[in-house]
Amino acid sequence: MKKLIVNREIDVNEEGYLLEFKQWDREVSECIAGECEIVMTEKHWEVIEYIQDKHLKEEPLSIRGIKKSGVINIKEFYNLFPGGPLKKATMIAGVPKPKSCI
Amino acid sequence: MKRLVILGAGTSGTMMANHLVSKLPKKEWSITIIDQYKTHYYQPGFLFLPFDVYTTKQVKKNGKKFIPKEVDYIQQKIDLIKPEDSKVILENGDEISYTILIIATGTKIAPDETEGMHGPKWYKNIFDFYTFEGAKSLRNKLREWQGGKLVVHITEMPIKCPVAPLEFAFLADSYFKNKGMRDKVEITFVTPLDGAFTKPKATKALHYLLEEKKIKEVTDFNIERVDYENNKIIDYADTEVEYDLLVTVPTNMGDELIERSGMGDDLNFVPTNKTTLQTENYDNIFAIGDATNLPASKAGSVAHFEAEILTENILRYINGEPLKEEFDGHANCFIETGNGKALLIDFNYSHEPVEGTFPFPGVGPLKLLKESRTNHMGKMAFRWIYWNMLIKGIHIPFVSATMSEKGKKLEEVNE
Repeated sequence: MKKLIVNREIDVNEEGYLLEFKQWDREVSECIAGECEIVMTEKHWEVIEYIQDKHLKEEPLSIRGIKKSGVINIKEFYNLFPGGPLKKATMIAGVPKPKSCI
Repeated sequence: MKRLVILGAGTSGTMMANHLVSKLPKKEWSITIIDQYKTHYYQPGFLFLPFDVYTTKQVKKNGKKFIPKEVDYIQQKIDLIKPEDSKVILENGDEISYTILIIATGTKIAPDETEGMHGPKWYKNIFDFYTFEGAKSLRNKLREWQGGKLVVHITEMPIKCPVAPLEFAFLADSYFKNKGMRDKVEITFVTPLDGAFTKPKATKALHYLLEEKKIKEVTDFNIERVDYENNKIIDYADTEVEYDLLVTVPTNMGDELIERSGMGDDLNFVPTNKTTLQTENYDNIFAIGDATNLPASKAGSVAHFEAEILTENILRYINGEPLKEEFDGHANCFIETGNGKALLIDFNYSHEPVEGTFPFPGVGPLKLLKESRTNHMGKMAFRWIYWNMLIKGIHIPFVSATMSEKGKKLEEVNE
């Protein structure tokens, strides 16, 4: 389905995750973050870049990965993206949320 | 003489030995398989062992029976892979040179990765069911358990057989109903993901199962530690879940051999090309099954489909031909839902599980993403297929290595 984000039609799934990573940019990101009541800071962008890098390499995302990333510690990660940090950070990063096979 | 060496005689390694023994010219090639353990376990059976559905004898056999006679089977612990020298070093100091290496060392649970998990209460009121010892100890515990809070928990992804924890919760519901004590047991499913079901189609089709079986869901739970003194698990957001009996799936990691050899990622999985199964760093090393870092499910069916494609790619590699980029992440899994019913799912890298029929389009007899007794019969029959066909490398009729899109309702799929 299509969703209007910063006056552009963006392809998203039922939960609001981007379907096409190439439609992502910082403006889109800030708008989605706003819907999650998050104001982006430099630290947020660092985390977003780390997540996008993992996605492009097709490596699984986990809290352990965040812990070992050297980008941020887990308490900070929860503070930056309160309540389900991985699912919110992936949505803002324009990549699919971590999931299982069903 | 050239030598092909397989590390690990589990599901993947045994299948590869059986596939390759008839394909490699015997005058030029010898095949060696190395594994420290004597027993070959039917791992899908670990789900049933705790509920007394299978006996211990039904899930284990002597591994040697399944390795072809022409294959040299070494029962030794592997100390190191030296990829630069194309050598494997065994614990007893023996060095084995290879022309081609296949890594099939699987994945293991790593309960030490979570504080308090592998402590004084391990196998007292904290259990795994991903090992023979864990499943058997849990069976003994369940036989005498008087009820209380049962928490079924996933530590972190990726895990082997990602649906097994959910199946465990479904089977527990049936088990306690049959024992006439369901009202004494509270079942909670705790996951780091955002639901017990994480894909839109499956959530829509299957969420009723949780409601019907009165299984509570705790989602987005990233465990920090187990407080074994007070019987609760605590996550990084300080959410607490109390348990009387904790059935957990600990962190899954590749074999320590991979770490010792400096060949793995953070979780000791081997970086592997997801379509050819050649490792990313060494042309003459291939990897298969749970040992790889492929973004596919870690499951026997995936290994089975990979084995058919890897066999062909090994032959192509030997002949100097380009490798086939054919593996599509195909998985095909029965999911027990309790009360003698099961679901069947069929999916790959790009398609989520959908409704339809299998293996014959429009006919079945198995139905995809729907509960049925026939699917349960399929799962039960699978144990026979595993021991008699699958690990012997015998092709299972009508089931292809790549996913068929026929007979499936794929039109609405979007990820």
